[in-house]
Amino acid sequence: MALAHQTTSEMQENNTPLLHVAGISKTFSGIKVLKDVSLSAYGGEILALMGENGAGKSTLMKILSGAYTADPGGEIRIGGEVARITNPASARALGVGIIYQELALAPNLTVAENIHLGSELRKGGMIDRSAMNEACRELLRELGAPFGPEDKLSTMSVAEQQLVEIARALHRDVRILVLDEPTTALSARETDRLFALIRQLRAKGLALIYISHRMDEIDELADRVSVLRDGAHVGTLEKHELSSARIVSLMVGRDLSSFYEKDGDHVRHDAAPILQVEGLTDGKRVQPVSFVLRPGEVLGIAGLVGAGRTELARLVFGADPKVAGTISLDSRKLDIRSPRDALAAGIAYLTEDRKALGLFLDMSCSGNINLGVVERDARLGVLDHGKGRTRATGSFAALRIKAQNMLTNVGGLSGGNQQKVLLGRLLETGPKVLILDEPTRGVDIGAKTEIYRIINDLAAQGLGIIVISSEMAEIIGVSDRVLVMREGHLTGELTGDEITQEAIMSLAVGLAAAPSIAA
Amino acid sequence: MSTTLNPAVAATPAAQLNARAATRSILQAAGMLPVLILLALGFHFLGGHRFLSGQNLSIIAQQASINTVLASGMTFVILTGGIDLSVGSILAFAAMCGLIVSTMPHLAWLAVPACLGAGLLIGVFNGALIAGVKIPPFIVTLGTLTAVRGLARLMGNDRTIFNPDLSFAWIGNDGIAITSTFTIPWLAVIALAVVVASWFILRRTVLGVHIYAIGGNASAARLAGIRVGLVLMFVYAASGLLAGLGAVMSSARLYAANGLQLGQSYELDAIAAVILGGTSFVGGVGSIWGTLVGALLIAVLTNGLILVGVSDIWQFIVKGLVIIVAVALDRFRAPAART
Repeated sequence: MALAHQTTSEMQENNTPLLHVAGISKTFSGIKVLKDVSLSAYGGEILALMGENGAGKSTLMKILSGAYTADPGGEIRIGGEVARITNPASARALGVGIIYQELALAPNLTVAENIHLGSELRKGGMIDRSAMNEACRELLRELGAPFGPEDKLSTMSVAEQQLVEIARALHRDVRILVLDEPTTALSARETDRLFALIRQLRAKGLALIYISHRMDEIDELADRVSVLRDGAHVGTLEKHELSSARIVSLMVGRDLSSFYEKDGDHVRHDAAPILQVEGLTDGKRVQPVSFVLRPGEVLGIAGLVGAGRTELARLVFGADPKVAGTISLDSRKLDIRSPRDALAAGIAYLTEDRKALGLFLDMSCSGNINLGVVERDARLGVLDHGKGRTRATGSFAALRIKAQNMLTNVGGLSGGNQQKVLLGRLLETGPKVLILDEPTRGVDIGAKTEIYRIINDLAAQGLGIIVISSEMAEIIGVSDRVLVMREGHLTGELTGDEITQEAIMSLAVGLAAAPSIAA
Repeated sequence: MSTTLNPAVAATPAAQLNARAATRSILQAAGMLPVLILLALGFHFLGGHRFLSGQNLSIIAQQASINTVLASGMTFVILTGGIDLSVGSILAFAAMCGLIVSTMPHLAWLAVPACLGAGLLIGVFNGALIAGVKIPPFIVTLGTLTAVRGLARLMGNDRTIFNPDLSFAWIGNDGIAITSTFTIPWLAVIALAVVVASWFILRRTVLGVHIYAIGGNASAARLAGIRVGLVLMFVYAASGLLAGLGAVMSSARLYAANGLQLGQSYELDAIAAVILGGTSFVGGVGSIWGTLVGALLIAVLTNGLILVGVSDIWQFIVKGLVIIVAVALDRFRAPAART
């Protein structure tokens, strides 16, 4: 914090970036989620880090914070010197601080206790509360905090708690501060105050890395923008090059039409809706929602994280109890009280979290694929192994699952193949409606295209398919029609040419008109 | 499947796969088998060549049988990621019920059904609280461990019930004579039958698949359409029923039952057998054959230590340490496994 104020250009002339990462890669069970990333952040600047969900931003930040270790080969330099970040403590010692979306504070402790967490001041073996309070008072004043060191965290707003996190980082003499989507839970006024503080920190010479999806924030704050896509650093825009259009094109950066394998429209417009949802609500996170789905249609549901998309899907699937509303399949009203009822009726749901909520990692591929149908195939409760083998072989071939063999444990497969095994289980139940929640999360590009091909083929066979995705390009690429959700409400419906990134975004964030991010 | 997507790779021939899987599961089940054999040989040579005699082996089979039956029920429970601490108390309670009925002049023939029914009843009670009210299994069965022990004492006014004319005493004392010195006790036959039936349920029925699935991932099981509550109900009911069967076996052997002492800490031996058998303590992984080997291991240890003249106190110490070392060795052999 004692660094003199220097402008970005002065620092760059000095030419030693405060943070420089070179050739950083990270592999999770065979999937490379970060590919040879190199970028720099200078003292006294705000570097925005952008990219779609899953582009590798958080992974990179977790490497900086010591939560993950990078694959061998890369190098991190801090203030020009090679830094070895092996755990969170070493990251802290090197002056790297991160403010995560989810705050990591102890709500039952005071501000001063939180700021000193892990480095408590002692006097004669006892905690020295008054010294700790004094130590933060000055800092809090400097930050313009509306609370004192003795206040309890549990009585404070999210914005104030965030300020405590920032104070804690500054108290530890951070030189590099990462803010991961810090405004998601803030009001407009709180956001303004945060921005003022961020600028104040920039003036003090910190290197700030700002992660956000919101284009207007980037416009307002960023000195430079680095963009990650599919785990690779695809470009950095300098101040004078910054424009929303250029950022978006870097983020998306691929030819959508060929990637998504959509061979036209399979929607059977003349047919009756296959699924009809009316006034469905859980009374909390999903406000009464109504929509229809036609055979052969791929219906995208877009929205920001937390908009209630997954909750809506779980309501339709019977995984959570509904408070009101009806669900009809083929014009017949269903009484769905559990996933079992939904599956029996012909509604299948692919969870967004395949490891925690989908797969049985200790079971074989064949066991996982057959799990939904063993009961149907059995005679008097005794398993029919022959049928099971036939089904597994069929799924392996149709979905091009790559595994040593059908009896390999599913836990050892790559993300893409795990996802296909889970998809195989759903398809074996013979669904009429398929709800896919983030179907390509954590899978590599190859498996992604195959999953798109499968979605396309299933639509051609007349299934009704709902795709929930946070990846804008995916929603646009696969959907015939898009519903946008915001804070539990359906805020709009887009078809055909209306389906654009701008239109979806403005509905998702609640703008009346599309923001002018088009070139 | 109903889809006709592009055909692609052919899988490896099924027969070959089955053979490979069979070898693998034998190796997995074998886990503790080498330890068992080494221990048996060790005791044989240390104990003056008496250990591996026909007579001693049938004693071991008899001693292992009740624990094997309890441990089979425990295997179901632990495979779902649960625990049943109440089996020892259930055994005492069911045995008291059985013996009291056996002394009633016209109802004596109902003694065995009474044992089984009493065990089943408590098992269903456990299951209802765990699956229905969703109280953690450890808490529920810790409660029934104590409460049912009290019930068992209440049944006979805290006295031992004795019936020298027990109609089913043959179960505990006879067997299939193979040679003049070697008989296969009925107790062992029953235990083996229970193991085979458990194997069938676990490996050949839908219920078995669902048990493994719930232990592997309960949330995913529910989303896959499995009736988790019903399956949990079954495993605790089965554990209770098998504790009732254990009561039949134990009272047939003793002609008596005592609410205070019978079945004390049997649950610990049953849990030890399951864990020694390589079943994961968090559920989802394990086999009934492993449990059988585990139960035999415990019986061999108890019998062998007596045979070589180790004092009662030291038996406890050695048995406990062997359990820890055996599982540690297993971990060393297959570091990927979980407990």
